[in-house]
Amino acid sequence: MKILVTCKRVPNPEQKLKFAGGGIDLGAATWQVNTFDEYAVETALRLTEKGKGGERSGEVVVVAVGPKDVSQQMRGVLAMGADRGILVGAEDAALDADAVARILRAVVDREKPDVVILGKQTVDGDSNQVGQILAGLLNWPQATFLASVRLAADGKSATVTREIDAGTEEKRVRLPAVLTVDLRIIGKKAVRNEALAGPEVEWEETQRYASLKGIMAAKKKEIKEITVAELGVSPAPLMKVVSYQAPPTRKAGVKVSSVEELVQKLHNEAKVI
Amino acid sequence: MAGVVVFCETTEKGIRSASLPALTAAGQLAQQQGGTVTAVVIGAGVGAAAQDAARYAAKVIAYDDPRLAAPLAETYAPLLADAVKRSGAGALVGTATSTGKDFLPRAAALLGAGMASDVIAVLGTNRFRRPAYAGNALEEIELGGAVIVASVRQTEFPPAAPLATPGAVENGTVGNLDALGAEVVALHATKTVRPDLGEAKVVVSGGRGMKAGENFKILEQLTDLLGGALGASRAACDAGMVPNDLQVGQTGKVVAPQLYIAVAISGAIQHLAGMKGSKVIVAINKDAEAPIFQVADYGLVTTWEAAIPALIAEIKKLKASG
Repeated sequence: MKILVTCKRVPNPEQKLKFAGGGIDLGAATWQVNTFDEYAVETALRLTEKGKGGERSGEVVVVAVGPKDVSQQMRGVLAMGADRGILVGAEDAALDADAVARILRAVVDREKPDVVILGKQTVDGDSNQVGQILAGLLNWPQATFLASVRLAADGKSATVTREIDAGTEEKRVRLPAVLTVDLRIIGKKAVRNEALAGPEVEWEETQRYASLKGIMAAKKKEIKEITVAELGVSPAPLMKVVSYQAPPTRKAGVKVSSVEELVQKLHNEAKVI
Repeated sequence: MAGVVVFCETTEKGIRSASLPALTAAGQLAQQQGGTVTAVVIGAGVGAAAQDAARYAAKVIAYDDPRLAAPLAETYAPLLADAVKRSGAGALVGTATSTGKDFLPRAAALLGAGMASDVIAVLGTNRFRRPAYAGNALEEIELGGAVIVASVRQTEFPPAAPLATPGAVENGTVGNLDALGAEVVALHATKTVRPDLGEAKVVVSGGRGMKAGENFKILEQLTDLLGGALGASRAACDAGMVPNDLQVGQTGKVVAPQLYIAVAISGAIQHLAGMKGSKVIVAINKDAEAPIFQVADYGLVTTWEAAIPALIAEIKKLKASG
């Protein structure tokens, strides 16, 4: 089982955004791996493991699109246990979901993975498009917003549960397929490769953190740098951000001292009950 | 190319009410482009939905086939692309529901179109406003290419009003369908008698401070008393207290009710992204420094254990006197 998994860097979402001249100044930002991509990596690792801390079978290849600095975040993912990395050099801020998906398709053509796993969205752009576009370009089935995934023992299909507006949908897809993961995927029983792990297998209720051993091992792992031109992809985006603005702020209201006062205000002042 | 195709999701009786705001946005875009609106309904036995869609759009294309009974991105996205090509439209619009989020980018890929997600305003023929960074930034974006795709935020556009004369319904040719080996095995719908989170006038949400799933029962009482929908913070969903489809926030649902009551929710950035468009926000939290108070119109610093039973009693009293 060969799994390709994405790792996008995002500015730390807890930091306050600095608006400057119609743009966002990320000069002082600290960067980290998009949380949903971390979940994707965790999912990929679990799919190649016989159980928590158990033997592994298969390969997890991480791909990132961005400037050289992204190798820092990629090392972190390799320290979690991924086997090797591919860093496609590009100015990530200038790309849109379509360009990223076309780059990923070129990587898929080279690597020929059985499964591609992505976070369902990045927490900076919030677009929630790349996985679906990639699946469309490849003409592969897609399973998005996954709460769980079970790979069949024969390695030919995956049965998943997806979080949808009305509840949960159970979907089966033939492999190769594109999967995007939601937050439930890091649950104790959410991920299983039937070829490797029995139904009794449980994981930690979180994505794993790099161990010291993992960090040491990651230093020796390969990160192959490649350019967009080498992949034969035009990075020209279809979507362009014209400007950024701060959203209108809500003014803080009043503190009430009792439930009675609250109900009075909601009834007489706000007139909402 | 002019004209806008709208993906209308269906129920047994008609189109999903979540699709009405997309029809409004499509109307605005069609006006900018100087074209008309074509609604698309897809499924097995969608006659009623097609008639319903015709109340809002000059033209409806209905793809009706038993093989389309289960909504699958693999089979629906090519039909959406087909509808755009067949009608010579310049845009495809839908609502950013879980289905819209799944299907529309795939359709964009098939059309070679750029896409804007979660649009909150139509600014021009190919210009939109949308939130990014968990709603901490608003982007103005421009899409290139002959065809563009947009998913719109349900809460930011009013539901479409019916036309004076209903539109014409045309049957789309389904032709070869290839689900690529994908199938829906089962659908586990959350059983609820409450209004949809995206459409409710009142939303009551609980956070990690509720401590356990069973404690949400008292919030359900408050919710039902107000005729609202129940929500939760990501932290509460994450902790397994309530199902994830209740999640309000950047990565969950975006709500904008008349009244939002946040109970034992600290107010993380990602939660605020999903509810700060609410008209009136009430925060109940024992921590006076909780960030939720910075966006709340009315804040009450106390525990939920103390506040909620009293709040239920007080509202009952008000209703009895009213």
